[in-house]
Amino acid sequence: MTVHVPTSLDEAVQLLVANPTARLLSGGTDTMVEVNFNRTKPEAVIALRRIPSLREYSIGPDGIVIGAGVPYASMETGPLAQALPALAAAARTVGSPQIRAAGTLGGNLGTCSPAGDGLPVLSALNASINLRSPRGTRTVPFAEFMTGVKRNSRATDEIIESVSVAPTTGFQDYAKVGVRNAMVISVASVCFVHDRNTSSVRVALGAVGPTIIRAREAEDWLAGRVDASKQLPPDGALATEFARLVASAARPIDDHRSTAAYRRHAIEVLARRLYLRSTT
Amino acid sequence: MKNATPTTTRSKGRDILGTSALRPDGVAKTQGNFAFSSDFQAENMLWGATLRSPHPHARIVSIDPTEAWKIAGVEAIIFADDVPGKPTYGLISSDQPVFARDVVRYMGEPIAAVAADHPETCRRAIAAIKVVYEELPVLSDMDVAIDPATPPIHSDGNVFRHQRIVSGNPDVVGDVVVEGTYDIGMQDQAFLGLEAALAYPDPGGAGVELVVATQWLHEDRKQIADCLALAPDKVRLVLGGVGGAFGAREDISLQVHTCLLALRTGRPVKVQYSREESFFGHVHRHPGRIHLRHHADRSGKLVKIEGWMKLDGGAYASTSAAVLINGITHLQGPYACENALLDAWATRTNNPPCGAMRGFGVVQACFAHEGQMDRLAEALGMSPVEIRLVNAMKTGDKLFTGQIVDSVAPVARCIRETAAIPLPPEPVRQTGSLELPGGSGRTSDPAHIRRGVGWGVSIKNLMYSEGFDDSAEAKCTLADGVATLKFATAEVGQGFVVLAQQIARTVLGVDTVILDTIDTQIGSAGSTSASRQTWMSGGAVDGACRLVRERLFEHVAHIHNLDPLQLAIEGTEIVDTLGPLRVTVAEASAGLRVEQTFVHRHRPTEELDENGQGNCHVAFAFVAHRAVVDVDTDLGLVKVVQIATAQDVGQVLNPLALLGQIEGGIAQGLGLAVMEEIVVNDGIVRNPSFTDYLLPTALDAPDVVAIPIEEYEPLAPLGAKGVGEPPCISVTPAIVAAIRNATGRDIMRTPVRPQDICLPA
Ligand SMILES: Cc1cc2nc3c(=O)[nH]c(=O)nc-3n(C[C@H](O)[C@H](O)[C@H](O)COP(=O)(O)OP(=O)(O)OC[C@H]3O[C@@H](n4cnc5c(N)ncnc54)[C@H](O)[C@@H]3O)c2cc1C
Repeated sequence: MTVHVPTSLDEAVQLLVANPTARLLSGGTDTMVEVNFNRTKPEAVIALRRIPSLREYSIGPDGIVIGAGVPYASMETGPLAQALPALAAAARTVGSPQIRAAGTLGGNLGTCSPAGDGLPVLSALNASINLRSPRGTRTVPFAEFMTGVKRNSRATDEIIESVSVAPTTGFQDYAKVGVRNAMVISVASVCFVHDRNTSSVRVALGAVGPTIIRAREAEDWLAGRVDASKQLPPDGALATEFARLVASAARPIDDHRSTAAYRRHAIEVLARRLYLRSTT
Repeated sequence: MKNATPTTTRSKGRDILGTSALRPDGVAKTQGNFAFSSDFQAENMLWGATLRSPHPHARIVSIDPTEAWKIAGVEAIIFADDVPGKPTYGLISSDQPVFARDVVRYMGEPIAAVAADHPETCRRAIAAIKVVYEELPVLSDMDVAIDPATPPIHSDGNVFRHQRIVSGNPDVVGDVVVEGTYDIGMQDQAFLGLEAALAYPDPGGAGVELVVATQWLHEDRKQIADCLALAPDKVRLVLGGVGGAFGAREDISLQVHTCLLALRTGRPVKVQYSREESFFGHVHRHPGRIHLRHHADRSGKLVKIEGWMKLDGGAYASTSAAVLINGITHLQGPYACENALLDAWATRTNNPPCGAMRGFGVVQACFAHEGQMDRLAEALGMSPVEIRLVNAMKTGDKLFTGQIVDSVAPVARCIRETAAIPLPPEPVRQTGSLELPGGSGRTSDPAHIRRGVGWGVSIKNLMYSEGFDDSAEAKCTLADGVATLKFATAEVGQGFVVLAQQIARTVLGVDTVILDTIDTQIGSAGSTSASRQTWMSGGAVDGACRLVRERLFEHVAHIHNLDPLQLAIEGTEIVDTLGPLRVTVAEASAGLRVEQTFVHRHRPTEELDENGQGNCHVAFAFVAHRAVVDVDTDLGLVKVVQIATAQDVGQVLNPLALLGQIEGGIAQGLGLAVMEEIVVNDGIVRNPSFTDYLLPTALDAPDVVAIPIEEYEPLAPLGAKGVGEPPCISVTPAIVAAIRNATGRDIMRTPVRPQDICLPA
């Protein structure tokens, strides 16, 4: 196995052209598990950690750009956490401190597991994924990026460079159910974003379908009943009906981690709670 | 542990009995220098690996290793026909094939083993062996297994053992009767140090030496020697560093395979399991179903216990028969009751084999009898504490097996002292706090959390039962003021290595105690299980040291013309209790070499008769647990806030080591209460990894407030009871009772899953 350690994104793009089957490596927290379980045997690896631009983020009036190599640890606190509280909440639920120090959004997107904790946040924030290839930069909305269980629309010669998020004002949060109080794969999760700038509420669901699911029907229903340019009303009945609609968007399955019935129920409870949290 | 009352403090700074002496292997373990079994390497070493069945039940139509042999670096491929001795092994009955020949009976059953120059070569070779299977119907249900109409999946039949207990007047009826059916999931021991062994063949294959992580060197040796067709003394076992055991290393796993590969190739061979393979490589805790009907009079006193217990032993016998006896004889709980009518079965199915795990049948029994005590309390309008105090067993009581409890039995005291531990304050809960149910997932809002309190009390037998000739041997050598101890006691993390040193320092007045290699070059110490090594090997070390002391006193008395009976050890000195003589042990033993061996045996026990009557157990230990939980009732998520416990321990020999057992046992019992379960569907294991087999993390661990109930046990050589198993038994029902208390739901199975709490049954 050969390991390439580029120090710029251009170099990485060239290396990927020269080694089309090479495995891109960021924090390695998904890749090493696959290697250990013998699910993958990379002949060549392109390690992205030494590319400074991937490990940077910027917060400006036009939006927030997060490099694909920014680890979760950098999202938990500090300016990113202030700008994107839901992302901070999601980051805090990921694995253990060791995993959060190594794992990245780029890796979460690269793997594209429906249980990936960063993904519902990107979905609810209407994030765009910026992909770099010899053909230049391509920007794909998250909804078009994730196409199935561990499948995405990244072309084989593309490297995820960053994600972009438009600025939002208003409440946002992420909550995740797992059968342990830490270090656990999601059984069901909800990201709730109230964006007063666009007068909208956006809700994304994790681990209850082949992709991250946006609860569009619930979003539209709510839009017809509240003025989302202001704080949402602390209306329990409204929250209940909204949560019911959110849960109806879920497409959960029974497996060894949980049951479809519980997952749907958990989505409903979380959606109601997050709505009400947003009103206080 | 908070607020724990230290019972003993260090005396004069010497690490004698009663002090929190530190383990000799502690620093190496915390710094990562300790050599675990998986760390051993040999020159010219080959690696071994095992081919396992992907099916829970299938006929092996054909096996073709041709392609595997073509892989460069492959040195040996062995099958059932290559086992020179007995083709099967087992702790109680020898029914488990070293390699499956015609049929596989559980997912993961070994079929072949390979030795090669590299683990990766092994992996490829294993994948290249072509096995054609014809799948057979899977027997996965205990009731179907018990049904005599079901065709047997093994020539020994589908029931490992049936036992009945008929005691007192089985027709008597109580004023109050409560009934319940309880289910227990399959727990894994989940030790961190994976199975690993390294075998060195003797020249010409005359014998073999095996470095291995195990719980019982001599029993392993016996089974290995039988399978290899070697005399036992040609098989030498050395204990590799053991990273936990909890019962999972009582049965052999990779031992015979590793030795066979080494003997076949004439080279050292190392086998090491991955975590996934470990889930298939060792036995688990029996899942079970228990139905009980408790009769009581108006005052709450138990009148009769009836019902049945079914434990699923999986494909092979392992220790199922013994687990079953432990289970049924402990269905009584720590409560006086002489009338009983009970039946118990251990079944054979195509599920993973089950055997020993910390608590050994009593965990299952306790989950059921404690559920019943709460139901009784409710039916009688009593509190959980009252019902347990009314029935608390005491020394001299007769069990429903007819055996008299002559151990110290401070059951009421355990309950009272636990009850006296202050409940944790209800905190000001904040949304998003890691301390809430749901933890880092930040799912809970304070308004949806309910607090519950629950109780569990248990009785646990110590040592082996039913007439087993249980012994432990130790040798003590004193030379120039230094004691050397030799024993075959498996140190699996429990800390016998420090206890043995403490004993020698106390008895002999030495400070330096060297521990010889733990191997089969001395008689058996028995298994490190059944809470028995402090009692058994502790008794053996104590006995050997006392014999050495006698010789030393004789020597000193001879020189000074005294009666040896006048002499005593005081600190590090020998003193004349009737005169002025005072000489250090170091001086007195200069130039001297005294060596003594001692074998400790516990009093004999007997088998149960067909009515379940007999003095089958040696001694008992008791403990009470009170659990406080916070439950998010809408999401069904649980945070165990506090476990209060008072444990009957006899004499405390090392407060720190005791604490380790208590806190560790509680974490393990908590795991069984709320998350740990091997999920098996039709014989297929669904979660053989730590991604999906969940163990408690630091955020799941509760505050533990522990009080040792220190009453000297006259039956025990050091006055100390075993403390390994009791902490993990009644904590599970206590937590589940607390969840019932918080939710008002009749939860009848463990582990409790979120859907059991928040969805309709
Ligand atoms: C113990 C443990 C606990 C975990 N807990 C969680 C959890 O709670 N929640 C959760 O969501 N995940 C969890 N994970 C999974 C993992 O940590 C995350 O998915 C993480 O985001 C992966 O990031 P990484 O940088 O380590 O990815 P890597 O392993 O480096 O890469 C993952 C995949 O993405 C590709 N890739 C990486 N970077 C790029 C890029 N810039 N462009 C294109 N492709 C790229 C890689 O080729 C690979 O296919 C856990 C993993 C472990 C081992």
